[in-house]
Amino acid sequence: MIRSMLFIPGNNPAMLQNADIFGADAVILDLEDAVSPQEKDAARALVKAYLESVSHQAIKVYIRINGLDTEFYERDLHSVVSDQIDGIVLPKARVGDIEKLLTILYKIESETHMKKTMGIIPIVESAKSVLEIEKLAALSRIQGMLLGAEDLSADMEFERTKIGTEIDYPRAKLAFACKAYKIDAIDTPFTDTNDVNGLIADCQKALNLGLNAKAAIHPNQIETIHDVFSPSPKRIEWAQRVLLAAKKANEQGLGVFSLDGKMIDKPIIERATKIIDAAKKYRLLPVDHA
Amino acid sequence: MMQQKNIGYYRLIMLNSLGRVVPDTLRGYTSATAYQSKNRILIPEKAVVTKPLFLDSISAIFDEYHISDGMTLSFHHHLRNGDGVLNAVCQEIKTRGIKHLTIAPSSIFPNNAIIVDLIIAGNITNIRTNYINGPAARPIDDGKLQGLLLMDTHGGRARAIESGDLPIDIAILACPTVDRNGNGSGTEGLSACGTLGYAQSDLRYAKKVILVTDTIVDKVKQIDLDGKYVDAIVQIDSIGDPEGIVSGTTKITKDPVGLKIARDAADFLYQAGVIKPGFSMQTGAGGTSLAVAAAVRKMMITKQIHGSFASGGTNGYYTDLLKEGWVDNLYDVQCFDLEAVRSYRDNSHHIAISASKYGNPYEPNPVVNNLSFVALGATEIDLDFNVNVTTDSLGRLIGGSGGHADTAHGADITIITTTLAKARLPIIKEHVTTITTPGEDVDVLVTERGIAINPRRVDLLEKMKNSNLTIMTISELMAISHQISGIPAAIKEPGKVTGLIVYRDGTILDQLYQRF
Repeated sequence: MIRSMLFIPGNNPAMLQNADIFGADAVILDLEDAVSPQEKDAARALVKAYLESVSHQAIKVYIRINGLDTEFYERDLHSVVSDQIDGIVLPKARVGDIEKLLTILYKIESETHMKKTMGIIPIVESAKSVLEIEKLAALSRIQGMLLGAEDLSADMEFERTKIGTEIDYPRAKLAFACKAYKIDAIDTPFTDTNDVNGLIADCQKALNLGLNAKAAIHPNQIETIHDVFSPSPKRIEWAQRVLLAAKKANEQGLGVFSLDGKMIDKPIIERATKIIDAAKKYRLLPVDHA
Repeated sequence: MMQQKNIGYYRLIMLNSLGRVVPDTLRGYTSATAYQSKNRILIPEKAVVTKPLFLDSISAIFDEYHISDGMTLSFHHHLRNGDGVLNAVCQEIKTRGIKHLTIAPSSIFPNNAIIVDLIIAGNITNIRTNYINGPAARPIDDGKLQGLLLMDTHGGRARAIESGDLPIDIAILACPTVDRNGNGSGTEGLSACGTLGYAQSDLRYAKKVILVTDTIVDKVKQIDLDGKYVDAIVQIDSIGDPEGIVSGTTKITKDPVGLKIARDAADFLYQAGVIKPGFSMQTGAGGTSLAVAAAVRKMMITKQIHGSFASGGTNGYYTDLLKEGWVDNLYDVQCFDLEAVRSYRDNSHHIAISASKYGNPYEPNPVVNNLSFVALGATEIDLDFNVNVTTDSLGRLIGGSGGHADTAHGADITIITTTLAKARLPIIKEHVTTITTPGEDVDVLVTERGIAINPRRVDLLEKMKNSNLTIMTISELMAISHQISGIPAAIKEPGKVTGLIVYRDGTILDQLYQRF
């Protein structure tokens, strides 16, 4: 699972060059909204050259192509689909679009003898997409779903607010569907890049509704997003104590035991294991510098 | 160790311990600690003045003190890019056609462009300073200075003055407010600039001392320049442009790459055990250096760690640390902004120090020696961790040590923060173009793609071996930067020697050359 996806404009060489240094768990190289129609060709060429010249072993790389309702998406796919990326982020996604995208991907993967199979992350940003969330989550190759609240608000004709009550329903629906199919539930970006407290509150709300990651539109948002979506030092310390106690109980042949006066059983041990796994993955375990 | 190198069969060239050519008539650099085996040399302080003269113009100084060919005039740079005094004196030199002068301002800024004409006409033939930026540097790069440019450190300049290494005929010191007894204040008046730390050695050891002011009062509230050393006071309409005086005002960078570097530097310091109760700090005033200070401050707040002091040139970010109680004291040689000026005026824990107390290696306990860490910038750093902040990669003058080499030597840990490439040029070189700070005093390089620890710091390598930060060798970082920006072509062969880089103990670190 990831915690963050950082959007990088596909037409900005300086930002592309540094795409992997900000600690985001994944980056989305954007060929859609960040790039004006007259710059699409140049952005495609730049992203392709970038992918061919830079190794990205430590980070997942996705490309947001233009929507299937535009004239650009096929050239986008033929330019960038390769073993250098992990998947495609599809805007305004509907179930039918995913099937159409899959057909093109099968063809490119076969013709270019790719080793990887492309993952897909649909962006849920229309009322109809919200209604299709469960179906989208169940499709093959779907690695996660990203909520696109700005376009969704235009479709729904509601005002976007910082408190975000208007998107409680799609957030929760997306979170449940993703959890059910064990894929990433990725929250919509917080668009005020100067409001750190607003970002913290927005992340916390998404986390409380069950989402596990958030998209970022500025590198300076990554640290805050990770602070909220990572297991806290307190939780890590608790999980370490649970697993230590479980190990001791196991050695003593005890199935159920107590810690801090509370009964510890299998679901709690599994929860603690997940926390430690995440802490290991994100290099959050305390280091002994003595 | 000093070496001699045979070039052809008729020239012997002297190399210092860093392999840099140095004049065979001067002492070459041997090590950063060589000064410890030498004694402090102090010339007598100037005679006490019972009653200062009051003069009515810059021109009157020249008449009264017979300023003539071959003399040495010194200045300070506390008015920074708003200074009008050095310029006014230069104008008078030009008008009178005085030749072969040595000027010794503690720094030269872009607004001192008048120096260009004086170099070309031979009015000024030698310059001794700690930093030079702007038009005045160009004729020196072009080989037009008839003598040499000697580049000191802040602490080294104080050493040079007190030891007689830099004899000053007349110190002409801008002072925001002066009273009838000749006492000067940096915090009062139209051109308030705060502390006057760089002027203290000039004040005590110049043969004559003139204060130039635009405000005279009966009695200053806070004495920064002691009137007993002052021979004369000149009142002029304005000593400078207040906007330029606080030109050191900088903002924390918003560049996400700079912020990432700053966060990693702060994490490194915490993991290395530096940020602990009672620690002390200094950072440069640049955007990324300030971001390191901000990241450390955030860490202090989060972990409730109180430090002992911060030092340096100070600004609002540092005065906030003092105001909020995160450090007990600020030790300040110069104020970069009005917040710092106000803090120095109003807060007794904001303490003025002289450049000597700040970084003179022969002071018994200079402030830099008590620093837990310093975070500094670099225009180049090489595989031996030598740092250049004096020239660009083409060898053209763009700055100078200031306190770089002083703090790098004194601090327990010296961190250099920089991006791997600037203007598409890699910053890590096999050999820097010019050595400003020797690599033996530089411990850590923090870049956006990784952190390199100087192999001399076995203790840090051991402490950080399990770190979650990306630790690699400086060679590995250079290889990455070459992947990004390619290997730059070698620069053109330089021309004649135009100047010398003087280490804080007076030995020669490197030479400056004419560039084409």
